[in-house]
Amino acid sequence: MKEKMKAKKSFNSNTILLLITIVLFMVLYAGGCIAYGSKGFTHFQTFLNILITNAGLICVACGMTCVMLTGGIDISVGALIAMDCMMLAVGMSKGIGAVPMVAIVLLVGVVFGFVQGFLVGYLEIQPFIVSMAGMFFCRGMTAVICTDQVSITEKINATFYKWANTKVTIPFGGYVNNKGKYMVPYVRPGVIVALIVLILIFIMLRYTKFGRSLYAVGGSAQSAAMMGLNVKRIKMGAYMLSSILCSVGGVCYCLNTMAGSVTRALGLEMDAISSAVIGGTLLTGGVGNVIGSFFGVLINGTISSIVKTNGKLASSWPNILTAALLFIFIVIQSVFGALRARKK
Amino acid sequence: MSKILKNQIFIPIAALLLLAVFNLIMDPSFFKITLGYNSAGDPVLSGYLMTILDYGSELAILAIGMTLVTAASGGQDISVGAAIAISGSVVLRVLCGRDHHAETMQAPIIVAFLISCVVAMIFGAFNGTLVAFFKIQPMVATLILFTAGRSIAAWINNNELPIVNEVRFSYFGGFIPGIPIPTPFFIAAACVIVIFLVLKFTNLGLYTQTVGINENASRLNGLNPEFIKFLAFVILGLCVAVAALIKVSRLSTINYSVIAKDIEMDAILAVALGGNALSGGKFNMTASILGAYVIQFLTTTLYKFNVPADALPAYKAVVVILLVVFSAPVVRDFISAQWKRLTKKGVTENA
Repeated sequence: MKEKMKAKKSFNSNTILLLITIVLFMVLYAGGCIAYGSKGFTHFQTFLNILITNAGLICVACGMTCVMLTGGIDISVGALIAMDCMMLAVGMSKGIGAVPMVAIVLLVGVVFGFVQGFLVGYLEIQPFIVSMAGMFFCRGMTAVICTDQVSITEKINATFYKWANTKVTIPFGGYVNNKGKYMVPYVRPGVIVALIVLILIFIMLRYTKFGRSLYAVGGSAQSAAMMGLNVKRIKMGAYMLSSILCSVGGVCYCLNTMAGSVTRALGLEMDAISSAVIGGTLLTGGVGNVIGSFFGVLINGTISSIVKTNGKLASSWPNILTAALLFIFIVIQSVFGALRARKK
Repeated sequence: MSKILKNQIFIPIAALLLLAVFNLIMDPSFFKITLGYNSAGDPVLSGYLMTILDYGSELAILAIGMTLVTAASGGQDISVGAAIAISGSVVLRVLCGRDHHAETMQAPIIVAFLISCVVAMIFGAFNGTLVAFFKIQPMVATLILFTAGRSIAAWINNNELPIVNEVRFSYFGGFIPGIPIPTPFFIAAACVIVIFLVLKFTNLGLYTQTVGINENASRLNGLNPEFIKFLAFVILGLCVAVAALIKVSRLSTINYSVIAKDIEMDAILAVALGGNALSGGKFNMTASILGAYVIQFLTTTLYKFNVPADALPAYKAVVVILLVVFSAPVVRDFISAQWKRLTKKGVTENA
């Protein structure tokens, strides 16, 4: 009997936020379908388009979740993506091939993550200060590389252009458009990469030693250290993972936008953090998983998709709505936390 | 000697001297100040040092609030740039009314300023509530406004760019006729005098430090730490409104995405350069204010060497990291241990 109650309790605290998120997503999406059904919102392709535009964000949100599990935060991701895009664009226009350029971008991610992780883990500086400096550093470096907008066209790099325009068709869910032509639903390669990342991180968090120790460190760094975990190294690992995934996301993002500029991915760190928070990851660390973050991304995507379909609302609305949503979820978390503390 | 080294104010002064010497070697014309006349025929002083005095002043005003927030909450407010956009937008909305290119002002400047003060304090109170009462890390709490702020600012004026056609309005960010020193300096001086009077005659400074050093202990001593944190954010809101008035006055209009861009970095840097711990606790207001001018000195120096405006943050980020690394307890312990070992070795060798 007691055990049953215990199970119920853990179910409550860990799953209720995730459930709220999934329900919220469904309500939002259904609302969009009802309001804008005539504008094609009900098509399967609309959902796939949300995935296509947010492929990069999914990767970033996975990394962000890992960092937030340790109780830290990484606000440098948006700027790092801007730098990745700019590096890809400028590098390719200088004649470097697509594959080496992607490798360079990933390497930069590793190095950047190593520095951030070292500062946070080993020198014990607050993660916010470190990643804020990282954010401004990347944004600044983007301008150092080039201050103009650089586009990647077919002429510049045929391989990268081909990757970006590959359609991976899906055998079901098509529809006949108003010209009588059958439209086959498709996704871009970025989505495949993002989903693979999602699954890998999910497995890692659930079944590997590193994944479990992320939870342990976030729950209580002191107890984790007493259990014999190397807290410093695990924290550093989390930041490295975040920056690597962010670089992967940057490549996906660049495949979608095909251009680099200084203001690219402005405010993406906010989207990633709000996705993770909406998905039930606690800001204090120790609780959360990537499936929640995935739904968080979908909610953000649905909001901007609805605003886009409406067409009349100003482009600033998704920003305000995301911020408002983050605000609500943070307050819910805080209230939950206070209630839990009182119970004890 | 060690007394001077230990004084907090030594850090910004040393940085200032370092920058000054660097500029003196590279190009002494950096220090030239010329007396000229602007288009209205009034005498104005110009030169790099005047630019520093001019733009450093708005930063100094922000640094006042940021120091208090840092000391009380142990975190920083990263929404100041966005908040400046909002309160600047409010000033213009009140001055221009519905018509975005009104020939005459629709309201006195003081009314517009007071309304923007109230709005900025409300947004400060919003941040303060999240931090103090909901116990959210300051930077996450202010991240909300950091992202949404500029959109809200644009929304206040329906995405229009109102222009104020009134000479008097441009005095706040420019020159008052007959006085060759930029007005922002006087505004900053007034703010500094006010805050020093407040710190001297009230317990604000003491209470803020108490809360920052140990919240629980301060509660046991009968303080209300939530209220003091909240108050720090509201004061920062007031500072933001003053800085915003200067900012919009410079252009007589507003650019939502560019106004006060990256200023949060500068404000935090000013606090860090003042030798204040970014994790809260003790603070030294003089050092922060001096730090603000040093940051502007750095910015102007970088501009002089043709660093593009967008690339500035990269250099400043490196400065922040260096400052933070050298003030980190772990690094300090390591260095002092190494220092002890070295000096000990010296003693034994001498013996």
